[in-house]
Amino acid sequence: MKEVKCECGHVNPHGTVLCESCGISLIEEKAQGKLHDMRYEGSARRSQTYNKTIIDKIWNFFSSVKVGVWLIVVTLIASALGTILPQEMYIPTIMTPAEYYEDQYGWFGKLYYQLGFHNLYSSWWYLVLIASIGVSLVICSIDRVVPLYRALKTQRVTRHESFLKRQRLFGITDAQTVDETFEKVKENLKGKRYKIREEDGNILAEKGRFSRWGPYVNHCGLIIFLIGGMLRFVPGMYIDDMVWIREGETKLIPETDGQYYLENKEFTLEVYDKEKDNKAFSEAIENAGMVAKNYQSDVILYKKVDDSVAGEEAKLEEVKEYDIRVNEPLKFEGFALYQTEYKLDELSSMSFNLVKKSDNEPLGNLKIDLNEPEKKYDLGNGYSVEIMSYFPDFEFNDDGEPRTKSRVPNNPAFVFKMLTPDKPDGEISFVAIQQTVEPFGDNEYQMKFAGIETKDVSGLTVRKDSTLWFFAVGGFIFMFGVAQGAYWNHRRIWIRRKDNEIWVSGHTNKNWHGLKREIGMILDGSGIQEPKDQLQDE
Amino acid sequence: MANLSSNLLLVAFILYLVAIPFFGGAIRQKKGLEEKKSFEKWAKIGITITIIGFLSQLGFFITRWIVGGHAPLSNMFEYTAFFGMCLVLAFILIYFLYKTSVLGLFVLPIALLVIAYASMFPRDISPLIPALQSYWLQIHVSTVALGEAILAVSFGSGLIYLVKAIDQSKRSKSTTWLEVIMYSFVAIIGFVVITSGFALSDYKATYNYIDKNDAAATLEYSMPALVGPHEWELVNKGDFEPLVEVPAIINAKKLNTVIWSLGAGLVLYILIRLIIRKRIGALLQPLTKNINLDLVDEISYRSVLIGFPVFTLGGLVFAMIWAQIAWTRFWGWDPKEVWALITWLFYAAFLHLRLAKGWHGEKSAWLAVIGFAIIMFNLIAVNLVLAGLHSYAGS
Repeated sequence: MKEVKCECGHVNPHGTVLCESCGISLIEEKAQGKLHDMRYEGSARRSQTYNKTIIDKIWNFFSSVKVGVWLIVVTLIASALGTILPQEMYIPTIMTPAEYYEDQYGWFGKLYYQLGFHNLYSSWWYLVLIASIGVSLVICSIDRVVPLYRALKTQRVTRHESFLKRQRLFGITDAQTVDETFEKVKENLKGKRYKIREEDGNILAEKGRFSRWGPYVNHCGLIIFLIGGMLRFVPGMYIDDMVWIREGETKLIPETDGQYYLENKEFTLEVYDKEKDNKAFSEAIENAGMVAKNYQSDVILYKKVDDSVAGEEAKLEEVKEYDIRVNEPLKFEGFALYQTEYKLDELSSMSFNLVKKSDNEPLGNLKIDLNEPEKKYDLGNGYSVEIMSYFPDFEFNDDGEPRTKSRVPNNPAFVFKMLTPDKPDGEISFVAIQQTVEPFGDNEYQMKFAGIETKDVSGLTVRKDSTLWFFAVGGFIFMFGVAQGAYWNHRRIWIRRKDNEIWVSGHTNKNWHGLKREIGMILDGSGIQEPKDQLQDE
Repeated sequence: MANLSSNLLLVAFILYLVAIPFFGGAIRQKKGLEEKKSFEKWAKIGITITIIGFLSQLGFFITRWIVGGHAPLSNMFEYTAFFGMCLVLAFILIYFLYKTSVLGLFVLPIALLVIAYASMFPRDISPLIPALQSYWLQIHVSTVALGEAILAVSFGSGLIYLVKAIDQSKRSKSTTWLEVIMYSFVAIIGFVVITSGFALSDYKATYNYIDKNDAAATLEYSMPALVGPHEWELVNKGDFEPLVEVPAIINAKKLNTVIWSLGAGLVLYILIRLIIRKRIGALLQPLTKNINLDLVDEISYRSVLIGFPVFTLGGLVFAMIWAQIAWTRFWGWDPKEVWALITWLFYAAFLHLRLAKGWHGEKSAWLAVIGFAIIMFNLIAVNLVLAGLHSYAGS
């Protein structure tokens, strides 16, 4: 690696285009152009200097902005493809995705499914795209920020004439008409918050160098953000679960290591009322039919007391009472419980009267808790009822046998054995809603339906996301960096004495219009002519 | 008060309309110093009227907020009207920064179109569903609107650049695409004219049809049905019979409206071309005579530079925070979220191309046009067609 010694004496790293100190062009061919390419101060970027080993090639590939932009554009198009049809997570679960896409969207849906676009954002190739953007961010930034930092740090006040001449804003003024010490100009520069450095009567005024780091700061933020996204795949960092709790029920909250329990006191669904709510809404409510106003679960959070013995029912200690509403989750220990679903009026209990068919005389009443039915109900006076089988969600299977679809009491059915003084061996009866079957011939006794009770059920999402901090910190740094780069400008003005002339050059990383206006105000009344925009002359 | 609110919006609309010719007067060829002063006077009147219009629209916004008890940012009409207001605000700020009257001549008509478009949606003050009941509603939505409005100014000045820079003496790809932009504006006018026309004549036709779940349903059209729903049947005999029938997954009523609007736009466009006997781009070109290309290029770029962080903050950062609170996760690949990401990626690419690849001038102006097209797609197509979780924004 040979270093390049400039005629001004400064030693530059191999690959430098413009001397870090005086700004003279170190590469002959590049000096031919009228204006210097000031983008990275002509510093020695690794990607522009080495291209031999495989590592060089990979480095150069990812450090290219062209590649970066292509990655962005391809990701953009891929993302758009995923919005043509709903993603798998948003389709109803009534049938398999393969069937659903074909059923709803025909051949196009089938193709969409076969291409894997129904799960596009978690497909391997989409993740590869995002990862490539991440790699590109890291390499691009390192490739530029290090030499740029060196160059800006080493720059000296007196720049080489060829450097000044090849700035976009450049002008020469005859020195005879000018105040020798630039006092007025310096005052104006200070008024515009420039930092002034002087050397041999030449001036370098600079401000907002800070904004040059904006892009690299925001890239750092994005990298932290992407790391947060990767951490999601680490077990335990991200929990996405669901708990359904009936009113009056206390349940263990999943994923809390058996530590936390939740009691659901009441679920409330409110809708807007044309009469009672804001009158301004009445027309909108009329047009929409029904508008939901509130979904709310009133809950109590419990924590298991430490000395609970395993196997026994846990001893619980109340932690807090809370009303979970949409937009107001219950938070504890990094967990959050969200009101996301509900089920109104689920059957909770059924009552029956035991009657003798001949006179319809009630002989006793039983109320069956459909979620925890008892084995046997004693009705007194020698009457009792046994539950031989219970089907909470009853249906007949293909062989005509009764079975239950789920444990949710949507359609309860029972096989009762009625024990009475005159039938001590019991009579058997199959009872479902609006249906009674007596499999062993006519019974003398009957279980007569007497009523139901219902309860609402709250569906709460259980969420823990330990990666959120990465996203928060990454997002904040990104926003900071973007603002830093976007809302400040790095401006430099060089004023150099050259024999009987004053040379003025100006450079900014953006907003040339603003710099021109500012230079105009700074030089106003000093006798120095405003530098010309050499790009506009062309 | 609800009436006062709508009247204030109407007043704002009219004032913006009145301001446009003043900006037109301000850009006529400057000859002597004397005349220059008089043109400055024109511009001053124009900007004053614009500011009064803006205040009036602000009054609309505030009174509607008071009446409804929540920030009027909760449906298509409210959001789009607010977006129009932000666009005017962004214009006013940029005007004082750069003193360019011609920008008013382009941005104000865009704002007018946006507000007129907004008014075609149901304007009832509607109650908030539980997911929207949060102070993040005003924070998230207003920041997004402001960001998008600033980005739209970039489109406005990019458009001025193109109108001036594109050679109208012969037909080229550029002139054709410029006419496509002009046609899109005319099509929005077509949409407004057609919708208001049929609304005034109180046109209604009801159809029974079979929806995508194979269930019987009815659909009321407010325009004659060129496109009828799946297995349609007239409810009242004698109503207009649809010419074509579409499968159940396509929303026939919306498609019908789109066809009517594009058709009306086409008729209008052809009429304009027949009357002026040249491209609309060529008609507008003289208005940009005195504008400095470098300056509009710079305005376009700086608007992106200012708007991009604002959009990121509103459309991604605030959006994610609220989504974490309301929907349990900060990101869920909902179509609206994805299109916000697409917008963000696009402007990120724009900035990289400009900063590192030196895409200035015409290239950069075309990029500003594409960026605005993406924003409009997100506002119109994603809300009305792709729907998803943001579907309440569709009515």
